[in-house]
This record gives sequence, C-alpha cells and structure tokens, in this order.
Amino acid sequence: MPNILEVHDVVKQYASHRALDGVSLNVPKGSIFGLLGPNGAGKTSLIRIITQITAPDEGYVLLDGERLRPEHIQHIGYLPEERGLYKKMKVGEQLLYLAQLKGLSEREAMEKLKIWFKKFDIKTWWTKSIEDLSKGMQQKIQFVATVMHEPKLIILDEPFSGFDPINANLIKDEILELRDKGTTIIFSTHRMESVEELCDHIALIHKSQVILKGSKKEVKDQFKEHSYSVRYHGTLESLPADFEIISHKIDDEQVNKANIRLIGNASVNALVGNLISQVELISFHENIPSFNDIFIKAVGGEIPEEINSLQ
Amino acid sequence: MRNIFLVLKREYLVRVRKKSFIVMTLLTPLLIAAFYGIIIWAAVGSFNNERKTIQVIDESGLFKNKFKSDANTTFEFISGPIATAQKQLKDKEQNLLVFIPADIMERPKGVQIYAAKNIGPMQQNRIEKIVQQELRNIKLSKAGITQQVIEEANMNVDAQTFSLNDEGKTQSSSTIAAYVAGYAAAFLLYIFILIYGAGVMQGVMEEKSNRIIEVIISSVKPFHLMMGKILGVAAVGLTQFLLWGILTFGVTTATQTLFGFNRFTATQEVLNKQAEQADPELKKEMEKSQSNTLNTVNTFMESAQSLPLAQIFICFIFYFLGGYLLYSSLYAAIGASVENQQEAGQFTFPIMLPIIASIFFAQLSINQPDGSLAFWTSMIPFTSPVVMMARIPFGVPAWEIALSMVLLVMGFVGTTWLAARIYRIGILMYGKKVNYKELSKWIFYKG
Repeated sequence: MPNILEVHDVVKQYASHRALDGVSLNVPKGSIFGLLGPNGAGKTSLIRIITQITAPDEGYVLLDGERLRPEHIQHIGYLPEERGLYKKMKVGEQLLYLAQLKGLSEREAMEKLKIWFKKFDIKTWWTKSIEDLSKGMQQKIQFVATVMHEPKLIILDEPFSGFDPINANLIKDEILELRDKGTTIIFSTHRMESVEELCDHIALIHKSQVILKGSKKEVKDQFKEHSYSVRYHGTLESLPADFEIISHKIDDEQVNKANIRLIGNASVNALVGNLISQVELISFHENIPSFNDIFIKAVGGEIPEEINSLQ
Repeated sequence: MRNIFLVLKREYLVRVRKKSFIVMTLLTPLLIAAFYGIIIWAAVGSFNNERKTIQVIDESGLFKNKFKSDANTTFEFISGPIATAQKQLKDKEQNLLVFIPADIMERPKGVQIYAAKNIGPMQQNRIEKIVQQELRNIKLSKAGITQQVIEEANMNVDAQTFSLNDEGKTQSSSTIAAYVAGYAAAFLLYIFILIYGAGVMQGVMEEKSNRIIEVIISSVKPFHLMMGKILGVAAVGLTQFLLWGILTFGVTTATQTLFGFNRFTATQEVLNKQAEQADPELKKEMEKSQSNTLNTVNTFMESAQSLPLAQIFICFIFYFLGGYLLYSSLYAAIGASVENQQEAGQFTFPIMLPIIASIFFAQLSINQPDGSLAFWTSMIPFTSPVVMMARIPFGVPAWEIALSMVLLVMGFVGTTWLAARIYRIGILMYGKKVNYKELSKWIFYKG
C-alpha cells in the first residue's frame, strides 16, 4: 500500500521546549490511522505541521509523494479538538464560506453541501444561526465543514468528544464510509476503545518522539505475552516447565480459570495436549493485549514532564 | 489574494448587516440634524424668553436712561432703601436688583447685584458692561472729548482674511471656516480610528475565544486572515462615512427647504410684530441684530465654499485608511495575544495614548498651523493623520502632504509587519498570560 503521508525526521522547537524530536511516520493510503499519545506529547504540534499551520524546524513532510505546498491545504480536512464556529452566522452561509476558503467555488460548494444536508437530514438548519443549535448539532456542522471539500486526508482530533452515542455512531459510520471510498483518516484520540474499533494503523507519540508504530497486528504482536486464557472442569495437577501458570481461580459456577504463559519456544499444541489429558476443557484462547494496555505499558503509566512545562 | 478577499467579504457583510451598524448609520445624520435644529431653536428661542425685570437703585444718579429695556428685559429705576427692595425681590424669582452706590466714580467695584436665585454670567456681564461704558464715557467727556467723538470711536472691527495663492491672486479665506473644518475632520478621523480599530480587536478576540480560529487557520494563512479582517472593517468604515455624507447632505437640504430658513424668518417676523406692538424702538434694535446674524452666517457659508473641499475629502479618505491601517493592525495583534477584555486593557492603553495625544496636538496645531509642532506631529505616522487633517483647511504645502503620506505608508507597512508576526503566534496560544517580553519574543519566532 502506498503512503498518502510521510513524515521524515521532523523537529519542532519552541522557546524552551522541543515539541517534536525527530518524528518519522508513514500513513498508508486508505487507512484509518490512530495518532496516539498522552496530553502534551506532541500530537497537536505534528498535526499543525501537516496542516501547514506551522512549519517544521528540521525534516520534511510528503503528501502523496510531494513536499507540502500551500495548494495541499485543499486536500486536507482538519477537525481540531478545540473547535468553534461563528455564533451569529447562519449555518448555510458559514459552510459556504468555509468551503470557499478550501478552494471550492460557490457553486461547487453549494452542490456538495446539498448532498450532506440531505444525508444528515438537516435541510431545515440552513438559515438557522449557529447559536440556536445544540452542541451536538454544531458538531455535525463542524464535521460537514471538515469533509465537504472531499479531501484526500482527513485529520480528526478527538472527534467524538461532546457527541451523544447516537451521533457518535453516525459519525463513526461516516468515517468508515469515507475510508471505503479511499479517503485516509488520521484519528487522534485518547479513547482507546474507538482506536480498537476503527484504526488499522497506529503511531504512539510520547515525550516528543514516536515510541511505537505499525499496523494493528504488528503492534499487538509486539506486546503479546504468549499467554492463554483457559477455562476447564477438573483439577490441573501440573504442567511441564515450558508452561507457567500465571493465575488461577474458580468462578461462581465452579469453573476453573487460568492464565498460562508459554516459555521459550514451547508450542500451543503441546499445551493443549497437556491440558486435555488432565482436565475437561471448556474454552481456550490467546490473550491479545488491548490498545489500552499497550498505551499504559508503553507510556509507563507516568505523567510526562511536558504537561507541567506546557501549561 | 482570493482568501483575503473571501475573508474581507464575510467581514464586510456580517458587519454591515448588523443592526447596530444600520441604526448608527441612519441615526447619526439625524442626530446631527437634530443638533443643528436645537442650535437654531435655541437661537430663535432666546428672543422668546420670559421677560425679566431688573430693578436699579442708582444712588449716584449717573445712570438715568442708560439701562435700556429690550425684548426680554425691563429696567425699572426705584428709590431705596436697599433693604426694602431686597425684601420685595425675594418674592419675585425672575427679578434682579442692581445697586449702584453714590461714590461709583471713585469706587467702581461697589456695584452690587442681587437675585432671588442665581445670576447668570451673561446677565452679570451685561450689567457690568453698561456701567463700565458709562463710567468711561463720563471720564472721557470730563477730559474734554465730545459725545460725538466717543460715539464715533465705538467701531466694530471684523477683519476679512485673504490668502495669496500661487498665481498671486487673492482668495477670500476665513480662519473660522478653516478652524471648524479642520477640527471637524480631525475629530471625525480620531473617532473613526478609535472605533474601527477597537472593532478589529473585538473581531479577532471573538474568533480566538470561540475557537473558530483553529478551523479557519488550517485553510487561511494568518496574515491573509488578518489583512482580510482589517480591510473588511475598513470597507465598513468607508461605507459608513459615505452614507453619513449622503444622508447628512440629504437631511440637511431637506430640513433647510422644508423648515430651515423659512421658519427662521417666519418666527422672526412674528417676534418683530410682537416687539412692534410693545415698543417701536425695540423692533429696530431687533432687526439690526438679526441682519447682523444673517450676514455672519452668509459670510461663513461663502468662506466655507472657498475651502479646498475636494482636497480635504481626498486627504480625509487617505489619512483615514493610513491611520486606520497603522493602528488596526496593532489592535489585531493585541486581540490575538489576549483572551479577554481585561487582559486587553493593559495593551490597548499604550496604543490609545498616541491617538489621544494626536487630537491634543491637532488642537494646538489649529491655533498655529505653520508652527514646528504642527509640522513635526503631522510627519510622525502615529499622529500625522489627525494633525494633518486639522491643518489642511488652512493650506499646507504639497511637499509636506506628500512627505507625510509617504511616511504614513511606511509606518503602516511597518506596524502591519510587526503585528502579523505577533498575530500568527498569538491566535494559537491559549492559557498563557502574555507580557511585553513574551510578545517581543514572538516577533522573532520562525514560521
């Protein structure tokens, strides 16, 4: 898969603080890419470089194989975490304005907007002032503003914050649909369950550096402990030295539950063979770490110093 | 450029459609018309005041027939004692009591005026003048000067001023008209710069505080956004100025044809008739004073036409744009750097200082339009727009205007560059209290 975005050794230095320290990452075309990291790690700084709000001190960024140029702005849609709209302006006028700033002509913008207004069933909102809309409604308008010019790359910073579950699902479906049409989505969030659900590639930024990156599978494989969760009836006497029982308990229904780790090159089949010879097996599956676990493990559960110095 | 225009267009349309803009634009000419109306009304109304009676106790006996009754005052000579007169005075609120002692010639400060309430400075002045004049006349005639010479010596001087133009011809000019035009133009410019500069700051602060800036800034370069906003607000200012011009002209013309001078003369005729019935002498006096007033008005109108109106107009537009661009970019930088009105205060003060100083310099320059203070303050870009507008009706050499304009352009290019450096950092900076040290660091930040 070719990369829509390549970030090469980007450094960004603010007065007393290095926000990005040699950051490199590749975003494959057509993927949903999770940009993860604790507060103050440098995510927003990186996004601002990709959207050309600021320029890197060192390194460079390629969009679709080309060095970033001002014209690329219209190929990127950005939904910032802190977002707002002109409160007194009418919904329609506002969206037309934002679309034209992205390079669309007034007529093109009008056509595209009609489609979205139909899709979200918000046709009656056109002449309403933003301040008369609820927060969730405003978020929908913001989402439309981000995607209406059909960008190749969409950057969503905490897109679900402030959404109720119904609207969050609506947006989630839209994101998946856009991905299926070939759009690439960079998705910056703290909410690991949505990363789990949506992202196929991730990069984890911590203390201004990328500490983890790759496809979902690659990253998870890296954090696998080769441990298996087993449920069974009967008594497990003992296992060969290749296998270590990490934990064991009996639940309310008198079912045994154990976590067993493979040591060295021990095979899964050997473990299963040992188990069925001693107990009646109910279920057996591999423990795959969640992104939540990975995040906490990788970041080390500590509060990074940058947060204090930044705020 | 396309984005600057888009931002400009939005800014312009949003502001022009605002109720407050429409109300201000329509109301101001009406207020100006009403203001003139009140002045005319007050001028006419002064004939119509309640009649006052001024009682005079003249112990010296020098002032018999010297206090002449007119349309709204009657002089009444009474004989003392003063204590009785004072008691009677208390019951009649409208009345005054003037006491002239016997030894007034030796003690001119012995004149006393009593009133049940307060005495207006005009009344006091009038009585003092009469006494003063009479004492002078007496002293002059004692020195051997005849009554005729004294009357002839009372001449009214009202100089007509002329300025020589390049061809050596004389042009009638009126210092008063230039004074009024200069002050009005300077003051209007001062108000425009203050109001619209602050408008830019409010707009930037609003964008920052409701976070639309984060959305916009990914499509528009900060400099384009700032320039679009500044130019959009300038267009609003020009629109308002032109509308005011048209409306004021329209309303004034309409008022004049409908009510203005006709009514003025009509009121006077009624008053004249009333006066005639009361006292034929009085009527003559009144007519004399009215024709004087009309003459003054006519001379003023004529000399106003002799002013270089086209030059004043063009320069006003130029200095408005120049001065506005100079200050509004600084206001934009402040709006971008702060998060609320309170914080903005400490930064706007040093910017308002030269604007306020410039209206002060303009006042001084009007009195001495060719002085060195006038020259230098109309060269320095921070004060030149207001001061130069005050000077132009008096005639300023072309090279001075040209130099001042060039310096102003350099000035606003400079402030705009500086402001843009601060603006681009400021709009994305939250939760940080800025100070001057911080701002000066931003100027040198890279992209």
